[in-house]
Amino acid sequence: MSEPMPMSFEPKIIAFVCNWCTYLGADLAGTNRLEYPPNVRIIRLPCTGRIDFNLLVKAFEIGADAVLVSGCHPGDCHYTAGNFHARRRWMLFRSLLETLGIETERIHFTWISAAEGKKFQQVIGEITATARAMGPYAAYQGLSQVQVGQASTPAAGLQTRQPEDAQ
Amino acid sequence: MTERLRQTAARLLSEGKVQLVIGYGAAGRPALITKAEDAEKLEWNDRCLANLAVYLTRKEVKALGKAAIVVKGCDERALVVLEKESQIDRGALYVIGMACDGVGAPKCGRCQVHTPRFADEVIGTQAEPPAPPAGPNGLDRLMAKSSAERWAFWNAEFARCVKCYACRQVCPLCYCERCIADKNRPVVIDTSATPKGNFAWHITRAFHLAARCVGCGECTRACPAGIPLGLLNQSLAQATEAHFGYRPGMDRQAEPVFGAWSPADKEDFIG
Repeated sequence: MSEPMPMSFEPKIIAFVCNWCTYLGADLAGTNRLEYPPNVRIIRLPCTGRIDFNLLVKAFEIGADAVLVSGCHPGDCHYTAGNFHARRRWMLFRSLLETLGIETERIHFTWISAAEGKKFQQVIGEITATARAMGPYAAYQGLSQVQVGQASTPAAGLQTRQPEDAQ
Repeated sequence: MTERLRQTAARLLSEGKVQLVIGYGAAGRPALITKAEDAEKLEWNDRCLANLAVYLTRKEVKALGKAAIVVKGCDERALVVLEKESQIDRGALYVIGMACDGVGAPKCGRCQVHTPRFADEVIGTQAEPPAPPAGPNGLDRLMAKSSAERWAFWNAEFARCVKCYACRQVCPLCYCERCIADKNRPVVIDTSATPKGNFAWHITRAFHLAARCVGCGECTRACPAGIPLGLLNQSLAQATEAHFGYRPGMDRQAEPVFGAWSPADKEDFIG
């Protein structure tokens, strides 16, 4: 072989999961020996209600190509209504991301109960396949590459804007 | 109207009903009046753009005693939200409402509340409300672009941000004593004015105002870099109305969106 094989792209996926449902679902997948792609990094939180949108922003900043937010099915919340509050928050947060032009296809939401090890396996498989097909989230990751003073020139920014866009 | 405003302020102060009148002074600058004879300094003209509700939650203003505040219909919406969030005691506040035909700001074309509705006293009468401008507004034009174009647009806009936080300081609903942007253990929002830090900040600022922002447009007006920050708030306001039929600051009784939930909330995006 004269040329080295190009490295195939492996997406980094960060899953923010609820301690009471999805985390146990992942655990069940493990004890049942259900294999799922190792691209996912699981971060356990007490409740989907605890998952601050800043965590998602942070995830993309540090190089995530896709993010999963997962918790208890509606009505099953350990704290009664944490997931209902979270659902409202995500409804509006998604519209903000769309306005900003952030790729919402990279942010996934699911309900996975403690009994759904199989669903956890499927979801991670699907998300990984989607993320692999989409490629690296270079747009957001690129933000971290630019340092102070290197940003595109202010004049260039001013020219792109039409005054009437302000309102 | 200016004369009546001055008389009202002087009366309230001399009767001891309030210790402070928050109004507009020369050139529309904010004026904090504590003596009846200073009521002459108050003005009412088309330069009275600022939303004075921002001062009500400031410690140093609270320390001056019971306040009266001069509001336009649009500013009053902020009072409604502040009251809902237990930031002001409406009973301990005297609201002087100004019937307003518009103060020449771009937002005035979209104004829905020209006359304050919950004021203790309304000064003046409002002429026929002007017809809303036809055609797409700035947000419509932005949303008509592709996702990649919007990303490029905000990249160019945020590139000018110097993180002065004027947008935060001027906002009547950004009243946290310690802002998440100032927290450093851990650093939630990169403090430098780099693209990463700017995106993190503007996402946070806009979303902390989701379903709360009353659209006073002060953030856009205060921004020294001319970033149309109000577009982010407008888009969230549009989504809030579409999903929940809720317009912040319009209804004193309505339950705030994030203070409540419903089993019927949409979840077409959840797998």
